Amino acid sequence: METVVNILSWAFLLAGAFLGISGAVGLFRFPEFFTRLHAASVTDSLCAALIVLGLILQSASLMLIIKLVLILLILTYTSPTAAHALAKAALHGGLKPVPDGEGEPSSKS
Amino acid sequence: MRDLFAIVMLFGIYSLLSAGFFVSMDAVDVALTEAAVGAGITTVLMLGTLALTARTEKRKGHGPLLPLLVVIVTGAALIYATLDMPYFADPDAPAHQHVAPRYIQESGTEIGIPNIVTSVLASYRGFDTLGEVVVIFAAGLGVLILLGVAGDRRHDASPSTMQHHLVLRVITKSLIPLILLYALYIQFHGDYGPGGGFQAGVIFAAAFILYSIIYGLNSAERIISPAVLRFLMAAGVLIFSGTGVAALLLGGNYLDYDFLAHDPVHGQHVGILLVEFGVGVTVTAVMISVFFNFSGRSNARQETGKQ
Repeated sequence: METVVNILSWAFLLAGAFLGISGAVGLFRFPEFFTRLHAASVTDSLCAALIVLGLILQSASLMLIIKLVLILLILTYTSPTAAHALAKAALHGGLKPVPDGEGEPSSKS
Repeated sequence: MRDLFAIVMLFGIYSLLSAGFFVSMDAVDVALTEAAVGAGITTVLMLGTLALTARTEKRKGHGPLLPLLVVIVTGAALIYATLDMPYFADPDAPAHQHVAPRYIQESGTEIGIPNIVTSVLASYRGFDTLGEVVVIFAAGLGVLILLGVAGDRRHDASPSTMQHHLVLRVITKSLIPLILLYALYIQFHGDYGPGGGFQAGVIFAAAFILYSIIYGLNSAERIISPAVLRFLMAAGVLIFSGTGVAALLLGGNYLDYDFLAHDPVHGQHVGILLVEFGVGVTVTAVMISVFFNFSGRSNARQETGKQ
């Protein structure tokens, strides 16, 4: 039983870490604002959720689990809102998303 | 880097990282302060300043060599100074020799609250804390004097620019009670866990600042008017110093809480509760008032710019 829980929690943690790294790579490598925001918000939402889930499976006391669940709730509330606000502010400020294939040629290399 | 906006953001990140650093050094109270003040409210106030001034730095007359030299010399002097410092967690370090052992051993029986940081801050070093509160009060006064006490800077109730942000409005509305509740928890649980008046005041103010960012300055000022804020700024300092005077009148020294109740430990509890409450009130009022003045100024400037 304990092995199963451990394997499950490590799977969650590793998947979360992978998403975090891929989000960071995307933040640096993607060509324009909205794709970068997409990468960053993947880190915010799914990566954080997976890591917290992995930690919940690792934690022993009930109090710790309740606190982690609350953190998860706050994160699911706030980080998509922050991403939404950023995107809306950028649109408001006159930044238009570049559809696929119309980006500047330098970004294709 | 000449974009001041990015520099403000870097400062925020730096504060958040040092808050994590403080947590790993077991200084949770300091970490909480750093996260709330350094990463939270300072960033907001800096952005408010940028909205009032300019977003990019002015070009300077001299090259990068002179600042680089100053930084290198200062850094070298600081590193040289660290050679004299005791090792980390050295029990013979001066910080662990002077009054610290007494605080750690005696505060349980003298003050009777689990968080030694709060006992030191509010009771043993109450006079220093009073000084800090007065400094915050003076800073708030300075902003009020510079940016204008007069309430006539806006003529009409212009609708907030955030009116169409439905998602933000809904989320804010559901988050603000939680933030206020958390601030109250930090305020009144400061005797037992990390926290206290300073952190709670800043978090409390953050809820109001969030509200006024999303719903506009006018509706925020309808909830808590600038006159009330000015009153609260002074009231917090008065509560703090009044506790000291009460101790004086009941036969003790200034800020000696032993005489506030029938037995010393209970008196200490009452005194710390009152003093932390005073700190919280002043910090909240000053922070909200500073933000209101900043954003009121930039609103007025935008209106004159349009005309």
